[in-house]
Amino acid sequence: MTALAARLRGVRAPGADNPVVGKVLTAAAILFAILLPFAFDSGSGFIEDCAVALFYVVMALGLNIVVGFAGLLDLGYVAFFAFGAYTMGWFGSGWFNSANIHIGVTEQLSKLPGIHLNWLLILPLAALIAAFMGAVLGFPTLRLRGDYIAIVTLAFGEIVHTTAVNSDEGVFGIGSFNLTNGRAGITPVDKIDLPLVDRFTSLELRPWYWTALGLALFVLFVNVRLRDSRLGRAWVAIREDEVAAVSMGVPTVRVKLLAYALGAALGGMAGTFYSSFVNTVNADQFEFSFSIFVLAMIILGGLGSIPGVIVGAIALTFINNRLIPDVLNDLPSKVGLDFDLTELGFGIFGFLLVIMMVLRPQGLIAERRHKAEFAEGPEAGDALVETRA
Amino acid sequence: MSTPETTTEAPLAPQGPAILATDQLTKQFGGLIAVDSVSFRVPERSIVSIIGPNGAGKTTFFNMLTGLYKPTLGRVEFDGRDVTTKRPDQITALGVARTFQNIRLFGTMSAVENVLVGQHARLKATVFGSILRPPRVRREERDAREKAREVLTYVGVDPSRHEDVASNLSYGEQRRVEIARALASDPKLLLLDEPTAGMNPQESEQLSQFMRKLRDERELAILLIEHDMKVVMGVSEQVTVLDHGEKIAEGEPMKVRHDPKVVEAYLGKQG
Repeated sequence: MTALAARLRGVRAPGADNPVVGKVLTAAAILFAILLPFAFDSGSGFIEDCAVALFYVVMALGLNIVVGFAGLLDLGYVAFFAFGAYTMGWFGSGWFNSANIHIGVTEQLSKLPGIHLNWLLILPLAALIAAFMGAVLGFPTLRLRGDYIAIVTLAFGEIVHTTAVNSDEGVFGIGSFNLTNGRAGITPVDKIDLPLVDRFTSLELRPWYWTALGLALFVLFVNVRLRDSRLGRAWVAIREDEVAAVSMGVPTVRVKLLAYALGAALGGMAGTFYSSFVNTVNADQFEFSFSIFVLAMIILGGLGSIPGVIVGAIALTFINNRLIPDVLNDLPSKVGLDFDLTELGFGIFGFLLVIMMVLRPQGLIAERRHKAEFAEGPEAGDALVETRA
Repeated sequence: MSTPETTTEAPLAPQGPAILATDQLTKQFGGLIAVDSVSFRVPERSIVSIIGPNGAGKTTFFNMLTGLYKPTLGRVEFDGRDVTTKRPDQITALGVARTFQNIRLFGTMSAVENVLVGQHARLKATVFGSILRPPRVRREERDAREKAREVLTYVGVDPSRHEDVASNLSYGEQRRVEIARALASDPKLLLLDEPTAGMNPQESEQLSQFMRKLRDERELAILLIEHDMKVVMGVSEQVTVLDHGEKIAEGEPMKVRHDPKVVEAYLGKQG
């Protein structure tokens, strides 16, 4: 067991040492992702799962800025998904049906009541709103450390969820207007409409896939650039040692708020895509378990490691949407047990994480910096285990 | 060996204009007065030491100078400006840099990256600049890396070790990288908290020489907390002695050394 664990820990990602190999691999992966839909029917469930996986890649890369880079354990990330989704719901549907605002939408939509903005306008708007809320959430956590940040952000996520559920009759009990329509939700939501791309329908999924891919590539670019920048170094510095960082001239308040705001902005952008894709915004989408699901992706992939987070997001999406419900679901009944595997979804993720912590604590593809951290610790631990055994 | 040098230089120093001055600086933790109205000044381009028995309040005093602790009473003035209520990062931006008693490098970052963090206040790239990376930001980043390597070489870290992760460096190298990280912010005043801790006599002597070189070449003042009397007596132009948070003596090393109060509080244990 120990030997296996040691070997698994030692496995290195291809291209980890050689930047040229890394670049070629990245280019090949992007090309593969662009061409992938041609191999499948445009309405197939596989393309749908791929689009959802890419949505989760965007969410995970956003959370990676907060948790992976800056080391602020955020358990309320679902809140920013919610802000993005509601921005799409409010500004891209017939929800406010007394208003009549249409900007950059198709002729068909411009005849309908409500506020209908083009998705390309809603996207930056959602990013701004989510970023602002990210900074607002970040503010009370500035003086906190570690687990206490997790508690406050968890509470914030729950506040947003509960508010979304209850805001069908006034917000925080003030007024009596219906803002979110609670669990019934806002539906239908406008389909994304992009110039030069085929019409987005629920049967033609390729445009959705490519839109999600474009968003993921954009967020990937932002992640990479930030990681190798003055700000990225400042994030790692406060993660490592806040006192030393502030003594070296890093303004911790500003840098932390930027991490929250940027992470939130990316989550908000992902939210606009998802609500248009599933054609609804309803309060049940914003449960605490969503935050944990995204967090599990980045822990599985490797905290702070951009390729790791992408792999983690794709892997967990497919385990959740394909492997468990379709492939393995009737496994228990085959061996004579009376339950479906889908009922155990989170149990399975928890089990996966425990296995990961034992076999490869740094994640599937470790960040270089975290790798250094794990390189010494676990070796010493192994020695202890062996002397005891 | 360094004694004649000190005696020739000593009279010059304390008279110059002060880069740092404190007035009645006091820190109280609950019922404990850790630092008790200490007034003190560091002349420009001088090397000043603070000594005192363990628990005398030296590090607390340092933490007030760098803004990590807010003084209960009193004032800190740096370079003619009142910095008493400024945040640590603002004080660093004004030109104060420090090292820590127990090395506090960013363990998972490389030596170069550590020094780059030290330059944070001197770099200008914004969020959007970092993402879009226009030529100006590219150039700044390249220059910053070059400067980081230069400073690391200057403090004596071998170029082959520059990209190594800080926690993999030897103890002596880590001490050097920490000094490089502090120097990278272009300080006018460098605070060193027990820099020779854990060093052998030879290394301590090297560091003493390096401190003089720093002061002369980089034109900065150095404020030192130190337990190694050989280093203190050899390198400082002025020594301040703290005991139980109070300043009990101040002056040229030779005078302080024979001050009866100091002998009683501190050196007496040795003799």
